[in-house]
Amino acid sequence: MELHRLVFSFFNADVASRYWLDIVYGMWVTTYLALAVVVAGLGLGLGLALARAFQFKPANVLIVIFADAFRALPPLVVIIVLFFAFPYVDLAMSAFTATWLSLSLVLAAFAEEIFWAGILSVPRGQTEAARSTGMSRAQALVYVVLPQAVRLTIPPLTNRMIAITKNTALGSVVAVHEIIYHASSGASEAGNPTPLTLGAIAYLILFLPVVIFSRWVETRFAWKR
Amino acid sequence: MDQVIQVFFNGAILERAWPFLVRGVGMTALLSLVIVPIGLAGGLAVAMLYHLHVKWLNRMLMAYVDFFRAFPPLVLMLFIYGGLPFLGVDLPLFGTVALAFLLNTSSYYGEIFRAGLESVPTGQVEAARSTGLSRWQTMLWVILPQATRNVLPDLVGNTLEVIKLTTLASVVGFTELLNNARNVQALTYNATPVVAAALIYLIALWPLVRLVSRLEHKSIAVR
Repeated sequence: MELHRLVFSFFNADVASRYWLDIVYGMWVTTYLALAVVVAGLGLGLGLALARAFQFKPANVLIVIFADAFRALPPLVVIIVLFFAFPYVDLAMSAFTATWLSLSLVLAAFAEEIFWAGILSVPRGQTEAARSTGMSRAQALVYVVLPQAVRLTIPPLTNRMIAITKNTALGSVVAVHEIIYHASSGASEAGNPTPLTLGAIAYLILFLPVVIFSRWVETRFAWKR
Repeated sequence: MDQVIQVFFNGAILERAWPFLVRGVGMTALLSLVIVPIGLAGGLAVAMLYHLHVKWLNRMLMAYVDFFRAFPPLVLMLFIYGGLPFLGVDLPLFGTVALAFLLNTSSYYGEIFRAGLESVPTGQVEAARSTGLSRWQTMLWVILPQATRNVLPDLVGNTLEVIKLTTLASVVGFTELLNNARNVQALTYNATPVVAAALIYLIALWPLVRLVSRLEHKSIAVR
């Protein structure tokens, strides 16, 4: 294996100069999609966990079924069902919407479970004390229980958010114009894998800081006995 | 309503798709049975090397783990699938897929095992060593069993993720469940095969999801 061939294949300056702008555009789409997923997923997950805290049986059963189903289903399967199956019943959505909705539902399912575990970890006495000062159930939940619960949820939530935002790459399967879409179409167009190298570097630029940040979060918010 | 049944739960189509779905389930199971053990072994190796506490080695292991945690597994798979032939390496498809999964899953399992090994108090090591056990015996008989027990919820949870990850192999044409379902869907122009595949994943993985939930709640209760 000569070094020359390796450089020509994976680090071809000529090919890179033709495709790097596409990849940068893909980075923007990936970032935008990932942020939209995080906002919607965490919001819905938190909402469901709070609703569950009110212990209304029928609602709780539905929430548990939702959380279980979207933790069991592989995200790619959800995306494909939403994108390829729903048009048959005239519920077509764009590839971007299908990917965003799928990943948001999956993140919401995991986030609900994590928030719920956090809420459960707060001793019951906290709620009782808050209620006895005259707070309503909702006030006790939002002002007393939740602030204590959130601390415990931060490390697992960060990890889950990284795992799911990385799945924005799955959008390429339904042709969302994110990084890997441009990288693989560029690679087949050029007959050279350099665009894939650029795509890989783009992911590292986006996600390596997040992974390093999550390590800091893990030590900062570690559970102290 | 009729249209929904025609499109999503069409019996005639399901009958045609069934043999492909069954074969797909077999391939998904086979792939999972290969990559979960090699991922576990790779992760354990990473964690045990880390536990030697050699400074430069730990920096390299940390870089390895962070690198593959930042890298979407699909990108890794496409990179290996699309890139290896240019290096003159000709792996069979199963090998390509397994290699991509090994790199990805071993870093996740590695992180989990590392946390597990760190959770065992040093007194355990000292006590075991003072009874005359060698370092290896101490690791094997004293530390590992406790470490594994401490991180069992995470290990099971990650295994669930790895099984779900096998769907990515469909993107490079590996004929597992999702791939077969999509092919039949394209042939029949009907959503039933894909919906059926989704239901199969749901039914097969639901018990595992329940198990993870139970283990997690138990470990919180212990605290």
